[in-house]
Amino acid sequence: VTTAAVLVPLVLALPLIAAGVALVFHRSLLAQRAVSVTAVAAVLAVTVAVLVLVERDGTVAVQVGAWPAPYGITLVADLFSSLLLAVSVATALGVLVFAIGQLDDIVERRFFHPLYLVLTAGVGASFLTGDLFNLFVAFEVMLIASYVLMTIAGNRSSIRPAMTYVVINLLASTLFITAVGLVYAATGTVNMADLTGRMAELPAQLQLALGLLFLVVFGIKAALFPLFFWLPDSYPTAPAAITAVFAGLLTKVGVYAIIRTQTIVFGADVSGPSTLVLLIAGVTMIVGVLGAIAQDDMKRILSFHIVSQIGYMVLGLGLYSVAGLAGATLFIVHQIPVKTSLFLVGGMVEKAAGTNALAKLGGLVRQMPVAAALFLLAALSLAGLPPFSGFFGKLALVQAGFSAERWVITGVALGGSILTLFSMTKIWAGVFWGASARDEEAIPVGAGAVPGPAEGALSGPAGGGAAPGTTAEALPRVPRMMTGGAVGLVALTVGIAVFAGPLHDLSVRAAEGLVDPSSYVEAVLGDGPTGDTLVTGEVAP
Amino acid sequence: MTLTLAVTVGALYAAGTYLLLQRTLTRIVIGLALMGHGANVLLLMAAGGPGAPPLIGDEPPAQAFTDPLPQALALTAIVITFGVIAFLLALAYRSNALTGNDVVEDDIEDRHFGEDLRPEEGRLT
Repeated sequence: VTTAAVLVPLVLALPLIAAGVALVFHRSLLAQRAVSVTAVAAVLAVTVAVLVLVERDGTVAVQVGAWPAPYGITLVADLFSSLLLAVSVATALGVLVFAIGQLDDIVERRFFHPLYLVLTAGVGASFLTGDLFNLFVAFEVMLIASYVLMTIAGNRSSIRPAMTYVVINLLASTLFITAVGLVYAATGTVNMADLTGRMAELPAQLQLALGLLFLVVFGIKAALFPLFFWLPDSYPTAPAAITAVFAGLLTKVGVYAIIRTQTIVFGADVSGPSTLVLLIAGVTMIVGVLGAIAQDDMKRILSFHIVSQIGYMVLGLGLYSVAGLAGATLFIVHQIPVKTSLFLVGGMVEKAAGTNALAKLGGLVRQMPVAAALFLLAALSLAGLPPFSGFFGKLALVQAGFSAERWVITGVALGGSILTLFSMTKIWAGVFWGASARDEEAIPVGAGAVPGPAEGALSGPAGGGAAPGTTAEALPRVPRMMTGGAVGLVALTVGIAVFAGPLHDLSVRAAEGLVDPSSYVEAVLGDGPTGDTLVTGEVAP
Repeated sequence: MTLTLAVTVGALYAAGTYLLLQRTLTRIVIGLALMGHGANVLLLMAAGGPGAPPLIGDEPPAQAFTDPLPQALALTAIVITFGVIAFLLALAYRSNALTGNDVVEDDIEDRHFGEDLRPEEGRLT
């Protein structure tokens, strides 16, 4: 038994065990916090160790229960999945620290910690699973936890969007299981490594049909155009920490599944870029960013941006070259912490000022200099300005686009970046710059959690509102845990920018593994039998 | 037999899709359940010919028994669908308790819709 064979299953086992332990301690919030922070930190250590091992020794496959592939349950860590996994778990840890500071005790007691741990386990399982059916199970584990987290506030404004979210995802899951059934009927296997060989034997039309079905299924989960409408509707209604972890992880797991399934279905025999996927990518970028510009609320602007950025990731897949997929990998690695940290800054603003509406905010750069600095770093990174992390991902994608001679889509990607910068400027101008809007307009009094600004807003006009901007009544302090979580994630994005060179090399190697899956197949199946399986679906009359 | 099953799967998906497009959550739930059944029957069809016993004797010929894997897949899928539908029903009940109906409302301007409610409900963040 190798070290990696022990470590890989721990990514799933640790958070699930910890979820059980946290349930046992449901009376003590302190114990729950200790359990979940320890568990996620331990998972982070494990995933980093897995990444190091995979980088050194190549793809690791673990046959859980020692049933030989393709019959048993297979966990596979290749460079692509272990890279994304490590970044995802690091992000999950940052959000967990933030959430402990942000959430009301009442909300946190509604089994937040067990649910968060199950979500982490589901994300880990989605990245590591080696067969399609367990990918379905992992998605369900992740989604069921997310359904409950989304409705954790339990009030009227969160129920209605949650319904859309649950129904859409359940529909996508049903389509997913349909696709798995069709794949099994056609090939007699659901093991991804086994499938790479067998898909090539299928008729081209059947390949295309299965590929499109998977694109629709994961297109819904990843919020691709035209299947993205549920996301900007439902995400902003959850508490900021929960929206942040959804934004950072869930859609990216969807993108991971798109890239994984498309490279399996179409394998190495693709001649070049797919115009359909490039078209979808381009429209997703532009529609997402235009939607963002039209909004006037920080969380909603950021939610539309999730959609826009998904387009860039799919652009890399559409180019279907090592350079394109490497660009997509690097872009996802950068996007997970950046997107999350932007939502966390939104949460800090909401906690202090009681709202995220641009019209009711302003001049916060004086009152919340830390939040402003964090936002600036993350926003410039999102827009892709050098020398921040987003620049390197976009540079890799644009270079891949040019070398594939796809001028239009590359131009669209660059135009989308400018629009992204514009909408980030809109948040910056509305929230952090200018005169404090609270001198002119009172903030809704209902903000029970934040009595400070409500009182301040009421007394402000009474005080004559002398010299706008200089009054600077003290906002309530943002809990230290919130600031700490956000600072940690922004530090991660800065780290990605600093180590962009080595990360790009890793991404290129990960992309080579995707385009030519022979090392993946060999790690899973070894030199065992791939042709003479015991049971095949071909017996169907 | 395969044709019968194929028609059944088609009918279940069609009825499920129709119900999914309705406004009330109870109908949507039934529609999703029907689609889930359709997917499970589809999985069973992938298992091969019906009627033969699962496993008899020491070394049965591969053609003589039904492939058990899709049945295991269908079983897992049933459990998952059951759990999620139970959650959806709880959500419908909660919606009924809060708003007096389980109609999924339009999402246009839902932010303003949400804001209008904030003063009376308080904010849970």
